[in-house]
Amino acid sequence: MLKRAGMTEAATALIELREVTKTYGSGVAAFQALKGVSFAIQAGEFVAVMGPSGSGKSTVMNILGCLDVPTAGEYLFLGEHVETLNRDQRALLRRHYLGFVFQGFNLLARTTALENVELPLLYRGMAVAERHAKARAALDLVGLIGWEHHTPAELSGGQQQRVAIARAIVTNPTLLLADEPTGNLDTERSEEIMALLTGLNREHGITVLMVTHEAQMARHASRTVHFVDGLVHSDTRADEVPA
Amino acid sequence: MMFWNALLLAIREIRRNLMRASLTVLGIVIGVAAVITMVTLGNGATEMITAQVSSLGSNLVIVRPGQRMTPGQPAGWAPAFKEDDVGAILEGVNGVRAVAPVASRGSTVSYMTESVFTPVTGTSPAYQEVGNWKLAEGRFFYDSEQRAGRAVCVLGQTVKKSLFSNTSPLGEKIRFRGISCEVVGVLLSKGQSAMGQDQDDIILLPLKAYQRRVAGRRSRQDVGTLMISVRDDVRTDKVVKDVTALMRERRSLAPNESDNFSVFDTKQIAETLSSTTRILTALLGAVAAVSLLVGGIGIMNIMLVSVTERTREIGTRLAIGALENEVLLQFLVEAVALSSFGGLLGILLALLASAGLAAAMGLPLVLDLQIVLLAFCVSASIGVLFGFVPARRAARLDPIEALRHE
Ligand SMILES: Nc1ncnc2c1ncn2[C@@H]1O[C@H](COP(=O)(O)OP(=O)(O)OP(=O)(O)O)[C@@H](O)[C@H]1O
Ligand SMILES: [Mg+2]
Repeated sequence: MLKRAGMTEAATALIELREVTKTYGSGVAAFQALKGVSFAIQAGEFVAVMGPSGSGKSTVMNILGCLDVPTAGEYLFLGEHVETLNRDQRALLRRHYLGFVFQGFNLLARTTALENVELPLLYRGMAVAERHAKARAALDLVGLIGWEHHTPAELSGGQQQRVAIARAIVTNPTLLLADEPTGNLDTERSEEIMALLTGLNREHGITVLMVTHEAQMARHASRTVHFVDGLVHSDTRADEVPA
Repeated sequence: MMFWNALLLAIREIRRNLMRASLTVLGIVIGVAAVITMVTLGNGATEMITAQVSSLGSNLVIVRPGQRMTPGQPAGWAPAFKEDDVGAILEGVNGVRAVAPVASRGSTVSYMTESVFTPVTGTSPAYQEVGNWKLAEGRFFYDSEQRAGRAVCVLGQTVKKSLFSNTSPLGEKIRFRGISCEVVGVLLSKGQSAMGQDQDDIILLPLKAYQRRVAGRRSRQDVGTLMISVRDDVRTDKVVKDVTALMRERRSLAPNESDNFSVFDTKQIAETLSSTTRILTALLGAVAAVSLLVGGIGIMNIMLVSVTERTREIGTRLAIGALENEVLLQFLVEAVALSSFGGLLGILLALLASAGLAAAMGLPLVLDLQIVLLAFCVSASIGVLFGFVPARRAARLDPIEALRHE
């Protein structure tokens, strides 16, 4: 169904949204959070998504992460029409291509960091030894060696965020989606996380799409997409003149 | 592969939520154990009563002076029976196999330095057949001894044990009410009667000897009870009717006078008693079913309280790429594992409790496999239902909805 071979065709973007809308609720209570969003992201990019609160950033991330479905429009992942896939196909897409870092971490409570991180590998059916090695490597990458057997309640916010990132990257995803990964952290921790994401993008070739409302964080990205009121307001590259 | 994964995930889920898991198991254990134990004890009681009533003799009709509607209600004065009533019934009523006259008086009985207080009963050799007694050793007294009024006696096990402990009493002389009486036989034990009396607390001697030497001066000719054994091929209610008619005639009762004696039929007693215990068993079963329900509601509560947390977790699992079926399998395995573990533990507990209580209460252990299975299935399905259904609802949501669940 989905082949990484598609990446070799330069013409095919990694992801592409065409006139995507999302309406929450129905009738008089209906609210259109996305009003026709179109943009494309090439493999290897590091994109920051910005915009005021309520502008639809999380909504578009959830759609890109296949956690939610658009009301109308097209979503192409490596040329594949995601909006036509069924639940299980979307789950497999998440399993094999996507890593998602949630704003609220969403780690399993009372579960060690190691077990949290190896969970996606378990669903991939990986054998124990390999699973443990990979989970450890991912924790090493986020600087959490020595904390493998701590549960979320025993970790600081920044450490929990790093566990969440380790869980998202342990499968070596094609696309990493992070919704305000530094939202709950102080500047120093935020810089650490940004360095981590930059490293993943540069050294591991993972395409990163990150929501943030801090311009300082967005500076690390190679491109910034600005949302206002459910529409793309501006789309600037770092080598262009900054706004 | 998928199954082993689900098993591993289920084990981790149980380990993480040890409290929830143990409460679920506890709910099931209580339900299963209560139902099985109560029904087992109820069945044991029914069986014991049935056995005791049949030990009385299967087709037995008992005639007593006075009208006694219920046990405990005092009998108004009524003339006692006489020994010739026995012959009259044997001749006058069809289908009678044997009739034994019975007269009893509590007496202190002694042998050497031992003594006990026990009812001493005068009767005829027909008593053995009527009462369905077997001998442990020796013999019953003969008709000739009855006619001659010889001082020979047969002991019940309780009396034998108190006076002679383990030695054989045959040929020994015991003393009561100033007479000395030779022991010729010992009865086999019958245990407690349906009314809770010790049937082995008994000494039998010929009625003639009893009337002459044990009975008080005033009641010398009296016979307290007539016990009639009915032939198997004859309906006891017919015999009851004939005996009633005969006794009314012999006691010269006018048609407008009511009976001054009563006639029971053990079949009727047995039926009454076993229907009573059946009702009791049903009642116990109902009480147990309520505890099953309470256990079930407990499980439901635990599951409903944790439904938000579980829904979010399922959302997380779905978000990182779990298929709906994988999540379902995991929770199904968890629910089935907990429920069947609880069920087995409950059965084990029930076996121990029933065995212990049955022994303490002197009841036979009557295990009903159907009840064991039923209790197990009902509580296991409660566990599976409440463990699995909320998980299934969550697994069918879009991941984002499950994550947002409040
Ligand atoms: N499940 C929902 N039901 C109804 N309305 C929703 C739902 N989710 C989001 N919305 C609405 O859609 C709009 C966009 O929400 P979204 O979460 O995408 O904003 P955002 O840009 O991520 O904001 P923030 O910076 O505060 O996280 C908001 O006005 C919000 O109220
Ligand atoms: Mg948001």
